[in-house]
Amino acid sequence: MIGFLIQRVLQALMVVIAMSIIVFLGVYAIGNPIDVMIDPASDQALREALIQRYGFDRPLVEQYFVFMNNMLHGDLGESFIYRLPVLSLILSRLPATLELALTAMLIATCLGIPLGLWAGYKPDSLSAKAIMGFSVLGFSVPSFWVGLLLIMVFAVELGWLPSGGRGPTTEVLGMNLSITSLEGWSHILLPALNLALFKLGLLIRLTRAGTVEVMSSDYVRFARAQGLSEGKVVGLHVLKNISIPIVTVFGLELGSTLAFAVVTETVFNWPGMGKLIIDSITVLDRPVMVAYLILVVFLFVMINLVVDLIYGQLDPRIRVKAAS
Amino acid sequence: MSDAVLRVNNLQTQFQTRAGVLRAVDGVSFEVARGRILGLVGESGSGKSVTGYSILGLIEAPGKVAGGEILLNGKDITRLKGDAMRQVRGAQIAMVFQDPMMTLNPVLKIGTQMIAAVRAHAKVSRKAARLKARDALAKVGIPSPEERLEAYPHQLSGGMRQRVAIATALLHSPAVIIADEPTTALDVSIQGQILAEVRRLADETGTAFVWVTHDLAVVSSLADDICVMYAGRVVESGPAADVIASPRHPYTAGLLASVPAEHEPGTKLPQVPGSTPSLANLPQGCAFAPRCAKAGPACTTTPPVQHFEDGRTALCHYPIEPVSCQPLSLTSTTYRSAS
Repeated sequence: MIGFLIQRVLQALMVVIAMSIIVFLGVYAIGNPIDVMIDPASDQALREALIQRYGFDRPLVEQYFVFMNNMLHGDLGESFIYRLPVLSLILSRLPATLELALTAMLIATCLGIPLGLWAGYKPDSLSAKAIMGFSVLGFSVPSFWVGLLLIMVFAVELGWLPSGGRGPTTEVLGMNLSITSLEGWSHILLPALNLALFKLGLLIRLTRAGTVEVMSSDYVRFARAQGLSEGKVVGLHVLKNISIPIVTVFGLELGSTLAFAVVTETVFNWPGMGKLIIDSITVLDRPVMVAYLILVVFLFVMINLVVDLIYGQLDPRIRVKAAS
Repeated sequence: MSDAVLRVNNLQTQFQTRAGVLRAVDGVSFEVARGRILGLVGESGSGKSVTGYSILGLIEAPGKVAGGEILLNGKDITRLKGDAMRQVRGAQIAMVFQDPMMTLNPVLKIGTQMIAAVRAHAKVSRKAARLKARDALAKVGIPSPEERLEAYPHQLSGGMRQRVAIATALLHSPAVIIADEPTTALDVSIQGQILAEVRRLADETGTAFVWVTHDLAVVSSLADDICVMYAGRVVESGPAADVIASPRHPYTAGLLASVPAEHEPGTKLPQVPGSTPSLANLPQGCAFAPRCAKAGPACTTTPPVQHFEDGRTALCHYPIEPVSCQPLSLTSTTYRSAS
């Protein structure tokens, strides 16, 4: 187990390093940020001074090592625009995205797995066909359009829910959260639904496919032959066997929701990380972009590590392979 | 026999398909008494497994039990539905399947699966259920059963897994266990051990077995009685030793002749010519007639059930005359109890 962990952490480290090089090179190739940062009318002396201050006159390799060295000391640079340390800037936006993403995943999971189970348990029923039709809509309709539609219906026409923004927040464990108040919930509901729709469609299909397969397996037949109730057959045998692909997709989707909820955050004017990165790209705020992408890589690596650990808990055959 | 625990009368199991109604089981009747083992023999597609599933009420749509009776201790269970049938399954009739690699859930511990099976019929604590599971494992000859409860199926050998399946079937001391080719996937030495174990269990616990198989060697050494099935019908039945020694139906004779053990090495093995007919397209009259060397003009009409003096039957117009030669044995071992 310890060996497995060390191996995975080393792998994760390699991924982060490789990613840092790619990101650094990619962003460097975009062009000289000085042109964006200062007034085009300012004189050459000021330009030179700034270039020297940020070290853009040094060789690329040296810049990279300076950057990595700073990163190891917890310094990811300072935003050109906000004049704030990048790390605290991104982390200040994290709670908003975190609560949005987690709420969306919660909605998708709590609806998707039961609906998928039902659709797989009674695949020929009318309700199962309706569920599957809905799931196709869920992941084929573009998310920005659904977002606008939700705003049109619930905010503009019915006036039940606010159209955007985050509402009041309270500090919990050092994070500003809005889900602590009812008004906060009214703000988060629409964007979370919007974000959940794609994942809901995906989870329904995944759960259904797994359920159909497991229901026709010999061990389900054997369980029925033992007189287990249908509830027990589904709850004990089916759920555990279909959980591996579900956990995989859940992990991937959680990562991508945290990192790239850009469209939904833009449509609903949600002050999260996605909005921050889009704004930063528009103004070429290089330190924010680089730091953000590296954080995203770190996030994915961590989520995948957790998913791998959960695999071992779910399927004993994987545990054995990891140990040998 | 009036002491039959399980009596199947004129069972009809049909599958609705686009090609029409398939009569997978067409008028099968047999009975099995306490502690006896009935061998249900036939080729693939003869309806022997479907018969087993029908008895447990495990036929899934588009199939259904369309007629006949299944009497368990004199009570017809074909009309039981939902929870009433669930209470019969596992408690009064249990089943063991062919492939022990597939019948145990790979991601659940043996203990978890057996405890669930115990608690499906007995309202007992997990601890009591665990003890019962452990005792059942010990009963089928599994060493250190306490540790096996903590094991996952992939940590056990095929023979061990089949013993676990049999132990699970035995949990509630059912009146009947239906075994659907349970030793087919095992190698011969393990098969021998399991057969000996089953014979012992039948004698000791009084559980009746319906042993579904295509392997005549297994049946000849294990079963008390035999039903030979062909295209959904029982074509011959009777005490196992008698049927093996002197088959009355040409199909049984053909099957017996094609067992390699009976033949001089190097000589050509006789076969039953042709193959099993499709259920969608059965010949008129006797389904076996096109493959039968003895077929005559009468075979285009449905053959009658011929009853013979020693409790044997054959579904044939021209049954083979009994021979009075030495009874032959297909294997050197026999698991049949002395009778």
